[in-house]
Formats: sequence, structure tokens, C-alpha cells
Amino acid sequence: MIKFNIKRQEHTDAKPYWEEFEVPYRENMNVISALMEIQRNPVNTKGERTTPVTWDMNCLEEVCGACSMVINGSARQSCTALIDQLDQPVKLEPMSTFPIVKDLQVDRSFMFDSLKRVKAWVPIDGTYDLGPGPRMPEKKRQTAYELSKCMTCGVCLEVCPNVNDSSKFMGAAPISQVRLFNLHPTGSMNKNERLDALMGEGGVAECGMAQNCVKACPKGIPLTTSIAAMQRETSFHMFKSFFGSDHEVE
Amino acid sequence: MSKKDSSFAIRRLHSLLGVIPLGVFLIQHLLVNHTATRSEEAFNFAAGIMGSLPFVLFLEIFVIYIPILFHGIYGIYIAFTARYNVGTYSTFRNWMFLLQRVSGVIAFIFIAIHVYQTRVQVFFGTEVDFDMVHQIVSNPAWLVFYIIGIIATVYHFANGLWSFMVTWGFTQSDRSQRIMSYVSGVIFVVVSFIGIQAILAFI
Repeated sequence: MIKFNIKRQEHTDAKPYWEEFEVPYRENMNVISALMEIQRNPVNTKGERTTPVTWDMNCLEEVCGACSMVINGSARQSCTALIDQLDQPVKLEPMSTFPIVKDLQVDRSFMFDSLKRVKAWVPIDGTYDLGPGPRMPEKKRQTAYELSKCMTCGVCLEVCPNVNDSSKFMGAAPISQVRLFNLHPTGSMNKNERLDALMGEGGVAECGMAQNCVKACPKGIPLTTSIAAMQRETSFHMFKSFFGSDHEVE
Repeated sequence: MSKKDSSFAIRRLHSLLGVIPLGVFLIQHLLVNHTATRSEEAFNFAAGIMGSLPFVLFLEIFVIYIPILFHGIYGIYIAFTARYNVGTYSTFRNWMFLLQRVSGVIAFIFIAIHVYQTRVQVFFGTEVDFDMVHQIVSNPAWLVFYIIGIIATVYHFANGLWSFMVTWGFTQSDRSQRIMSYVSGVIFVVVSFIGIQAILAFI
């Protein structure tokens, strides 16, 4: 039997409570397969029939970011949290920095809104074929590839002391995405727009440099280097456009 | 600037003021204090020069009081918008993050009391000299308070220098940030030593 202690919540504004479960052990189980067992037979340790625990998931191979939760105190993906490697009782909590939809399911819209705010894409739509873009130097590609692993899972925001209800800080992920799209040869044509967005409220300047994000990132993205790079870029950008500038690009 | 809001500029100003002028003034202040280790006369001479600078009130207001009020008040706002989590994620930088805010609040309180005990007393007809400080730190409670205040202020400066270097884009790579950690550690030890040696000379 595997013991679980799960923090549950009926809806966004409901009071959270803890409920214990026991799940029969199978080999190579992860937290998600255990949660599926609870879903199949929603009976808690006291033998009471209860509602099935809700959580979010999609890819089951740690590339989509949907199944993030706080497992035994640290934020990570539940698909790659193997039962054999966890202390029991396994403590499951939702990532409290986000609004809780139900139980372990959270609403990460804040992150997607931030990505829209900083224009984390390469705009190429138009009325005619623009042809191939400039070539990307190999070294740059390697750096960009690391940054492109971000799956907007929310772990870096969950561990950040500056992302909370009393601050508007967007957290590491969208800042690192600005670096990614500003590295891109075609994307860099709009880099000033992204830097302007990073310099708004909740932007890069509100990073407190506690550097929990880089330690917690499941994809090993050099988030603090990204943030420092954007600190540098925005500093330059501020000086260049201090009295207004005709340097639209570069 | 074409920014919609001023939060970026305010944060950058907050970072800049912490080093220039406040950090520079802190070092200079502690060095003047350190003359007390030579003799009472040496301190009174050095403090006398500082006090007799032309336009001294103007200098104090624009180089010290306004920057420190802005840095302090905005800093306290920053300190109270964080949700501290060193209990869960007890990494070195996360502790530095917490201590930076704690030391900032201590330093702000310390400096307010310190300015009242020294500079404000001038308006009540007392002179800023060796005897004034001697009388304050003869009381062991005040001495301990001053030592804590000095250490907190110096820590806040040394660690603030680390984040200043990141904020303005000097240290970007992991390696440069790590080296700066050592540099700021050395600055903390050396400047604390100077400050404490100086305050002990007043007993």
C-alpha cells in the first residue's frame, strides 16, 4: 500500500482540507497512475466514499507542463514523480501561487497572459511570401534550444518568492521566452517591442534574485542567466531610448 | 521614455541610489568614524571637516536624506510584497534574498534612530563630536544596537552590490555571479570590521 496525503479544495474560493488515501502498490507507479487508482475507487483511509481527486495532465512524458503540483514540498511534474523514489506518505498539494480550479488542478492563465504581453512569438503573417529568414549561427541555436524547452509548467513561478498576490511579477518563464525570441534572427526584428513589455509593471525589474527558479526548473533551463541577460538588455534599451530614439531596431 | 508606467525606472533608480550615493556615503562615513581609533582629536578633526563643508545642509538633503528616504521607503514596500519561502527552498541565494530584506528594514530603523541621536541633536544645540557618540555607546544596550545596525547596513550594502551588478547587466553568467558573491562576501567582512573597530573606539 502507498500512503497519500492530499490537499483538496472544492472550488477556487473553498476552504482547503487534507484527505488521506491508500493505494495498492504496483511496480513502476508514478503519482499520476496512483491518482488514477484513487479516481477509480475514491475511498479515503477512513473507508469513507469521497469525491475523486481532480488533477491536470496531458502528455505524461514531462514536455507539456500540465501536471505540475507540489509533491512532498517541492514543485514538479507528477508524471515523472516515481513512487519508488518518494518518501511516504506522499504529500500532494496544488501549486498555490496559481488560482486553484479544484483539488490539484490550477489555472495557469497568468503565464499565458504574460507570454501574450511580452509577445513571445515571431510575427511572420503578411500578404506575401517573405522568403527564408536569416540563417541562425550554430552557437546561438544551441542556446536557443535550451530556452525552447520551456513548457510553461509554472514551477519557476511557484517557487519564486516574488510571484504572489501582492506583486504583479510575471516570473522567470516569460522573461526567458523574451530572450529566446530575441535570439531568433527573425524574431529579433521585433525585440524592442518585447523589451518594452518586459519593462512594464510586473516585468524583469521586479526579479528579487532569490534564484529558486533555476534550481527548480525541471528542464534545467538557465533561467537566472536569461533574467540577467534581459536585465542587461533592458538597461541598454533604457539608456538608448532615454530621450526618445530613432533606433527602432538594434 | 515611451513606457506606459514608471515601475521599471523606479526600480532602476532604487538600485542606483543604493550604491550611488548611499553606498559611497556609507564607506566614507565609516572611514571618518575609523579616525576615532587614532585619537579623539583625530575624529573631531575629521568630523569637523565633514560638518564644515560648504552648503552642508544642501549636500545632506540631496546626497543623503532624499536618496535614503526614497530607497528606504520603496525598499520596505518591496520587502513586504514578497512571500518568503526559505523553509521550503533553503538555497544560498534564497537566504540572501530574505536577509537583504530583513537587513534593509533593520538598517532603515537603525539609521532613523541614529540620525535622531546625532544629526537632529544639532538643532537642540549639541555638537556632533567624539563625546556625543561616546555618551551613546557607553550604554551597553545602545552599543549592541549600534553593532547590529552597522552589520545589517554593511550586509545590505555588500549583498546589494551583488544584485546591483545583475540589475545593471554587469554579471550575467553563472560564473560571474559566483565570483561577485565572493567579492561581496569579502566587502562585507572588511567593511564590517572597519565599522565595528570604529564604534568600539568610542567606548
